[in-house]
Amino acid sequence: MKILVCITHVPDTTTKIKFNDSNTELDATGVQFVTGPYDDYALSRSMELKEQLNATVTVLNVGTAETEPTIRKALALGADDAIRINAEPTDTYFVAQQIAHVCKENNYDLILMGRESIDFNGGQVHGIVGEILGIPSLSPIMQLDIEDNVAKMVREIEGGKEHLEASLPLILGCQEPIAEWKIPNMRGIMSARSKPLNVVEPVDPEKLTQVEQYELPAPKGECQMIAPEEVEKLIDLLKNEAKVL
Amino acid sequence: MSIDLLNHTPTFQKKQKQDIFESPDFYQLDDLLTEEQKLIRSSVRDFVKREISPYIEDWYEKNHFPYEIVKKFGTLGVFGPTVPQAYGGGGLDYTSYGLMMQEIERGDSGMRSTASVQGSLVMYPIQAYGSEAQKQKYLPKLASGEWLGCFGLTEPDHGSNPSGMVTTLKKEGDHYVLNGAKMWISNSPLADVAIVWAKNEEGRIKGIIVEKGMEGFSAPEIHGKWSLRASATGELVFDDVKIPEENILPHIDGLKGPLSCLDKARYGISWGALGAAMDCYDSAKRYALERQQFGKPIASFQLIQKKLAEMLSEITKAQLLCWRLGKLMDEGKATTAQISLGKRNNVQMALEIAREARQIHGGMGITNEYSIMRHMMNLESVVTYEGTHDIHLLILGADITGISAFK
Repeated sequence: MKILVCITHVPDTTTKIKFNDSNTELDATGVQFVTGPYDDYALSRSMELKEQLNATVTVLNVGTAETEPTIRKALALGADDAIRINAEPTDTYFVAQQIAHVCKENNYDLILMGRESIDFNGGQVHGIVGEILGIPSLSPIMQLDIEDNVAKMVREIEGGKEHLEASLPLILGCQEPIAEWKIPNMRGIMSARSKPLNVVEPVDPEKLTQVEQYELPAPKGECQMIAPEEVEKLIDLLKNEAKVL
Repeated sequence: MSIDLLNHTPTFQKKQKQDIFESPDFYQLDDLLTEEQKLIRSSVRDFVKREISPYIEDWYEKNHFPYEIVKKFGTLGVFGPTVPQAYGGGGLDYTSYGLMMQEIERGDSGMRSTASVQGSLVMYPIQAYGSEAQKQKYLPKLASGEWLGCFGLTEPDHGSNPSGMVTTLKKEGDHYVLNGAKMWISNSPLADVAIVWAKNEEGRIKGIIVEKGMEGFSAPEIHGKWSLRASATGELVFDDVKIPEENILPHIDGLKGPLSCLDKARYGISWGALGAAMDCYDSAKRYALERQQFGKPIASFQLIQKKLAEMLSEITKAQLLCWRLGKLMDEGKATTAQISLGKRNNVQMALEIAREARQIHGGMGITNEYSIMRHMMNLESVVTYEGTHDIHLLILGADITGISAFK
């Protein structure tokens, strides 16, 4: 069984976001980059499936050379090999095209990724890859088991959970609690040194979107405490200051 | 390849406060580390945040050594990281080892003591001075955490003066007989293996591998500690313990044996104390920015800023020292005096930062809501063990002048 796990290389969740002077790019000075947290769940579940099903796991990232430490960490966790598509992952359709191209060449049984990255949070890549490949795409998957080439899954839906079954191959966007994220150990880190990390050029440079400008959300206003007996004051503030009534 | 934590069932109360430590790197020293070293550091940091920080205050309060951590440390790979992979070690460099000790002691000095005793004081002498059979028998089990080890050098009446030891090893037929007692031994009450140093009939110091269960060998725990409370400390008592010939370390003779082990451990302490200091600084900075007095954060007052600025200055200097000492260790050029300077400077620095950080935290600083007081109490042991603050000063003095002031 062949599993592909697509991972993103994103700013740590505690990053204080700043942009360059023209507000067209993230200012990455001093920013710590990590594996996308949802991708981490997908990767952790793939490691468990690898052990259970004697599967091979390939890790894929669309990114420039700076993403290699994140890819090496995935190899240290136990992935067998890795592919880095040498391009900036700035456009959802472009990224999906790259992943789909690799999938067409390698016939993976299962393609896992996070339900969304945590930088642009588009949450669309798995759906587009599924469409290009003509295979089912499901997200967000909270539980996954494979038996006799059939995936048994639990998906989060509005107000509840949905129990699903689908035949392989398929592509899944994952989220907690599909697996608990894992910590690479020293033996894994040492063995990652010699695992293959293949760098390939993107197949089609076409990008359908481009960012014109970034903007930070407005700072939160100060919190006002209103005593319970001052209901009229509360209504006045909601009507005239917050203008929500 | 990785640690599966799904079956983790803590038996102790989990602290609700999340460990949000962020490491200071004022001089961008990360640029001097390899990507692999940074990954090693982040793995150990993640491990500490998940496996130690949520429970440590409860362990500490209850004076409990969490034995299950031994196996977890083994799986993570922090036991004997510089020991060759062929014997179950990591085959890593000394900077990586130092970073591991920094991160573990950032969590707790007692946890770091367990790791550095196992690696530097038990696995190292077997690797350096043991027979091939001894290496094969002990190192893989110690590396994996299947066995816990301890190191017996200090005696009730011989601490800073180990050459005066009175534990004896006498030849009797085809075996040896060990008699005496060791004191202040980290890990001893739970250890499977003890590396013990004793004098033979010629007065030469020999290294002996003593195993749990040998007749006449006991390891009672020392109670009543107000420091390293999450680490088990005890004695080693030898009453006519029969030692087979194959349990003697064949390739070492004299005090340089135990002292060479202490060099390795003291090197790890230089990094470890830095970790404790970084934790105190990070907590103090955070608290100073959050705590309001006179209508503004206490971080806006000059006296608080002075404390934080001095802490960061000392931490940055200690980071530079550790990095360079690591390079010297890797090149096999680090001297005992250089290591003494590192251990002495960094532990004292950490102790002073803990005290200053405690003041910044005000009354909260004495509670277990914060790690400060625990670090401070731990560091009172660290400043004394593995060569006291004063003995390291005299090692430096002897190196400068060529005249020993304590022999």
